[in-house]
Parts: sequence; C-alpha cells; structure tokens
Amino acid sequence: MGGFLLEVPRLPILNETIRNLYFHVCMWMAMMIMFIVSFIYSIKYLGNTSHRNDIYAKSYAVMGTVFGVLGYATGAVWANYTWVTDQSQSLGSILKEPKLIGAAIAILIYGAYFVLRGSFTDMDKRARVSAVYNIFAFAMLFPSIWIIPRMVGSLHPGAPGSDSGNPALSYNDIDSSLRQVFYPAIIGWTLLGVWIATLKIRIELMRDRELLK
Amino acid sequence: MLKRIATLLKKDILLELRQQHTFYGILLYIAATIFVLYLSMPDSPDAPIWNSLFWVIQLFVCVNTVAKSFLQESRGRMLYFYSITSPVEFIVAKLIFNTILMMLMSGISLLLFFTLLGNPSTDTVRFIGIVLLGGSSISLVFTLMSAIAAKAQQNAALIAILGFPVILPILLLLMRLSKAAFGEVFKEGAVWQLAGLIAGLDVLVIALAVILFPFLWKE
Repeated sequence: MGGFLLEVPRLPILNETIRNLYFHVCMWMAMMIMFIVSFIYSIKYLGNTSHRNDIYAKSYAVMGTVFGVLGYATGAVWANYTWVTDQSQSLGSILKEPKLIGAAIAILIYGAYFVLRGSFTDMDKRARVSAVYNIFAFAMLFPSIWIIPRMVGSLHPGAPGSDSGNPALSYNDIDSSLRQVFYPAIIGWTLLGVWIATLKIRIELMRDRELLK
Repeated sequence: MLKRIATLLKKDILLELRQQHTFYGILLYIAATIFVLYLSMPDSPDAPIWNSLFWVIQLFVCVNTVAKSFLQESRGRMLYFYSITSPVEFIVAKLIFNTILMMLMSGISLLLFFTLLGNPSTDTVRFIGIVLLGGSSISLVFTLMSAIAAKAQQNAALIAILGFPVILPILLLLMRLSKAAFGEVFKEGAVWQLAGLIAGLDVLVIALAVILFPFLWKE
C-alpha cells in the first residue's frame, strides 16, 4: 500500500503545478471518505453500544483530520503559485475564500470533537456523547463544504460562473493521462488512510482487550 | 404530547420570571457590551462593520443566554423530568423556549444598536426579520450544544468550543443575507434562496436534536 505513495509522484506529468492534483484533491476526497466512515461508525455506536464502534469512529476521525491538515497545506502551496498573481495580494486575502472557510470549519469541528472526548473520564458516557456530537457536526459540515461554496463565487473550479461542473471529475477539464494517475491516487490515499486507521484501531483493541470481552 | 410540551414550556417561562436576576444579568450583559462598542467605535460606523459587529455580539449573547438552559437543571431535577416526560418532549420544549428567549434578546440588542450606533440599514423591516431568523437559528444550535456540554465536566468553555465551528456556516450565510437589508442589490430570488437555506439548516438542526437527544438523555 505504501507503493502507491512512492509511485504517484514519479509518473510523467504535463505541467508542474498540476502534479498537486494528485495530492491536494485526493487528500480532500480521502478526508471526506474518512469522515463519512467515522460518521457511520458513530451511528452504529448509537445503534448498539459496542466499544469497538467507538474506537473505529475515533480512529477514522483522527485520520480524516490528518488528511484535512495535509490537504490544507498542499492547497496553500498550490494557491501560492497559481492564485497569488501580483505582489500586493497576500495569502491572507485568499484565506477568505469559501471553500477554505469550509475546510477550516471541518478541521475546527474535529478539533472540538477531540476536546470533547478528552473532557470525559467515564468511557461509556464519552463514547455516547461524542458519537452524538460527531453525527451532529457531520450533518452541519456537509452543507458547509458541498453546498455553500457552489452558491457563492469562488476561486476554486466548480463555482457558479465557471463552466466546469464537479472539479477534476468531469470529462472535459481533465486530461486522460492525468486521469490515469488521478483515480488510483484517490484510491491509494484512501487505502493509506484506512491502513493507518486500522493500525490505530488494532493497537487500541489490543489495549482494551479485557474491556471488550 | 403537545399538552406536556406546553407544560414544560410554561415551567421554563415561570422559572425565568421567578429567577429574574439571571434574566436581568443577561440584559445587563447586552447593554454593557453594546455600550463598550459605542464608546470604542467612531459615531455611526459603516454598514459592513456595523453588520459584522452586530452578529458577533449576537453570537456571544446567545452563548450566555442559552448556555444556562441545561446547566441550571440540577441532577435531581433532571431525574425528575426523566421520570415524567419523554426526551423528545423535553428537548422540543427547550428548543421553543430558547428560541423565544433569544428572539427577545435579539430584539433588545437590535434596539440598543439602533439607538447607540445608528441605523445604517436601508430596509429596516427586512433586517428585523433577518435578525429574528438568525437569532432563532443560533439559539437552536446552541441548545443542543449546551445539552452535550452539560454532560461534560468543564462545560461553560466547552459550549463555545463545540458551537463555534458548527455555527460558522449559518453565521456566514446570515451576514451575507443581511447585506440585502443594507442596500446591496442581489440577484432575483437570491435573497429567498439564502433565507430558505438558513431555514432548511434550522429544520435539520431540529430534526437532529429530536433524533439525537434521547441518546444524551439516558444516564
């Protein structure tokens, strides 16, 4: 699985900055997938209160946050070369861009989720309350990331006014040679995240083995 | 069921009327904050600054108003409610009560803003409508946050941590929407679209609160 990580950047690519497509866009997708998985496990926890589901939800949320921070960082690098055109325009003015706000909200929400988890001493209570917050936060996050940026002008592709639909997914704004790497890269990043998350889960399961019996 | 919700609501209002010191406390909080703003700002600030200040104040007023809704209930009293009502009725009563309370507070702070900081809006009636919508949606979110935070130990700070990221999208939409009342020309139908989106988020919050609160409730 680590092979994906090594393989991706080496492939021949047309432009220099488009290389970032493999990292930036895929990381956001991997982040969303991680958060969705975490959300599903939270619902499962409320359905049947097994401690295992709580560990799953937490680990996937951790991985989603890691991808979120990485995606933010790669996006900042990318924006620095493509959006910052003249000298007077600083990175600070770009940060008010709607999708970046959504991303910042996502990271803040999951930060709050971990703070909430930390503030409990009782295990069952912690699992239950944080599952409730996770579901609520995810449901609020979804419109803020997917709907609102589509409604207001944005520098990202996919905003109204630009002719592209779903950024990097539609047929005519991505070259076929890019697609060769792009789709495996999404899968690769996701699998990498799943792998790390399962490692974390296994460590925690071993630690709490007596509890689960 | 409706009758029991009404009874719970009546109990909350009665409690508020009896413990007037908390009510006046919040009132004083609003007045003091806006007075500080009045002293520190130049006379009649521009509409964008006025707008952003107003919503930030709303946010903090709401944290202080709604925060206590679950904190004031002692463990024993919660147990009592647990034995006589269902969680859905309880949370619905709380949501309605907090919405009414927050609308009242929004109205008061709007009045103070108008008197002390001037009225830059071109369409006051519309702005009042937006403020009432905004106040209710902020209070809905913070009611659930307060229910969550009440389960944790150091709860007062936790409400802000939990609530702010969740409220951000709504707040941004509200700020954008209220520009409509400051004379900015919108596309045809865009105002209603934005208002509808906020109302939709409100419905989402209420639905989630009703679904999720029973899990918080049992102890």
